[in-house]
Amino acid sequence: MSVSTLLSFDELLTKKAGVVQRDPAQAPTHDLRETLFELEAKGELIVQRVPEPYFEVKTKYGRTKKIPLEHTWHHKSCGQCGHIPGYTGSIFWLHRQFGLDHVDPTDQTSCTGWNYYASGASNAVAQLAVMARNFAAAYETGYYPLIHCGTSYGHYKEAREELIHHRQMRDQVRRVLDKLGKPLVVPEEIVHYSEWVHAMRDRIAARQVVAMDHLTACVHPACHYYKIVAEDAIYDDAVFGGQRTATVTATLGALGITAADYSTWFDCCGFGFRHVLVQRDFTRSFAVQRKIDVMKNEIDPDLVVTHDTGCVTTLDKSQFSGKAHNFNVGVPVLSDAQVAALAMGAHPFRVVQLHWHSTDWRPLMAKLGIDWQARWAEFEADLDDIRSGKKAGLTWAEADQPVVS
Amino acid sequence: MATNAANWNPGKITDKYPGVPYEEKLRLFAEVKADARYEDYLYGCYECGICVSACPSARFYDYSPRVIAQTMAREDVNRMYEILVEDIWNCAQCFSCVRCPRQNSPGGLVTLIREIAVRNGIKETRDVLQGYSRVIYKVMLKGNQVSPDMLQPDFFPDWGPWVRSFQGNMNLWRQAIPVDSLRGVTDAAWKTDDQTLRELYTIWFETGNIDLIAEIDEGLYELLLDVMEEALEDWA
Repeated sequence: MSVSTLLSFDELLTKKAGVVQRDPAQAPTHDLRETLFELEAKGELIVQRVPEPYFEVKTKYGRTKKIPLEHTWHHKSCGQCGHIPGYTGSIFWLHRQFGLDHVDPTDQTSCTGWNYYASGASNAVAQLAVMARNFAAAYETGYYPLIHCGTSYGHYKEAREELIHHRQMRDQVRRVLDKLGKPLVVPEEIVHYSEWVHAMRDRIAARQVVAMDHLTACVHPACHYYKIVAEDAIYDDAVFGGQRTATVTATLGALGITAADYSTWFDCCGFGFRHVLVQRDFTRSFAVQRKIDVMKNEIDPDLVVTHDTGCVTTLDKSQFSGKAHNFNVGVPVLSDAQVAALAMGAHPFRVVQLHWHSTDWRPLMAKLGIDWQARWAEFEADLDDIRSGKKAGLTWAEADQPVVS
Repeated sequence: MATNAANWNPGKITDKYPGVPYEEKLRLFAEVKADARYEDYLYGCYECGICVSACPSARFYDYSPRVIAQTMAREDVNRMYEILVEDIWNCAQCFSCVRCPRQNSPGGLVTLIREIAVRNGIKETRDVLQGYSRVIYKVMLKGNQVSPDMLQPDFFPDWGPWVRSFQGNMNLWRQAIPVDSLRGVTDAAWKTDDQTLRELYTIWFETGNIDLIAEIDEGLYELLLDVMEEALEDWA
């Protein structure tokens, strides 16, 4: 590139002066699926259809999105499985309670998007290929991908747009997949597990055995759920006037929990991807000063509920250091899936795995009337059995049964 | 006052890196601009500052997503170099900045610039990512960003006594998880098939991703190469 290939002054001003057309009658984005089906008709890729039965929801600009209820391939989250296993466990437990057909695959990698957002040590085609390999693996099983991680969900939605809009990238990805002997498959909808919880919320509420209508919660909506490819997130006019994503808040409402408003709801949690691992001064400062301290001072909630890996970790683990600086901290942080599981009587340790959370959850258990000491004693007996070799590990046979009925 | 060539860029600063030739900065700028996603991320900047008001990093660092969009829109090559060397590592990649009424994505521009910084082995980038190498090792070999055995008290002292308690119980607690793919796994987030990992390694080779690692950490690159090549040879 030479200096002469930079834009001229007039070209720069013209670009700067471009006007955004705002027409309330027109969605500012198109339905990506139309292009997907066109590409499929040309033989460029395979579109995996949402299996029946599915639930229909409204997205930000009114498009109807299909949420599969079963026959799902669970694209797990590395942060959830690695550091918050009760998050993953609760999602699976809910599926098992309703007898919904699903797969917990071992032919899955993470999206690797956390690393890409943290370091830039990857490239667009590699990221697309990782996504496409996972989607092909799901397609080969006949099950539909259900994405557990908010970042994977946002990253895949963005990657899907790149794949559709840039032929060269598509060709590069297809060449990589050819080496792997896999087809290029793109799901009709990219679906986040919290959208499944949202779709199931009335069925979950119908089987609720732990009353929660005396609880107040603050919802932290996950950035990569509703800010990346914003038009694909669920909205409902009945939830905050349709001005915020309905996911999580509507679920809490169905369970009787009051979701209270607070002034910094739009702020991120402070995760920062690289920051949370190697530069946490930023992460904990933001999490405590802009989120937890604000929630505590404005609402003093019984719990914070969110729907992504990084948000649970950041908001939970950052509170310890906040104490040293006399910030107003001390509120448990759970995912919507964990709250739903608790509502249906899930074991707080075998299933929800509260012992992986560092902020004190005992007051919340007491308020819910859950005898956590008795449940912990049961879990300790499990640990003793594993320690002594009496059993190899905990299984679903021991965890499936609700402990509150 | 009408905008003209003399007053249109009042924020233009003194070149902070005069030792780096302009041609080199221009080459890096061109790499960013050549990315297929560039046109999707930058439409022009009103300089309204809505992105700054939403940005978490702007509250705690001398960082502004508006400056990112402004600089790229004005094609200010010297300032872009400063961004590439310094500013990009402050961004939290939350994409709160996509509230932009012009539909810019300053966070997306940061992603592109980071990738160029890595690809070119910029010294400051190598320095920033030095402590992060163990994470790259994990994600490239295991296909998971994090694993239970990374939760070491020395790395997470600010998470309090919970980390030490966890470390003492890790193996036992991992056995006490009912999810089949998680139970007992401590060096990855879940059990992954060998074939799946070989496919992942193939992706790293075929897309040039592995070569990027050589630019930021040669030792790590050699280590990854050894393990991946051996796994792929076994497959062959």
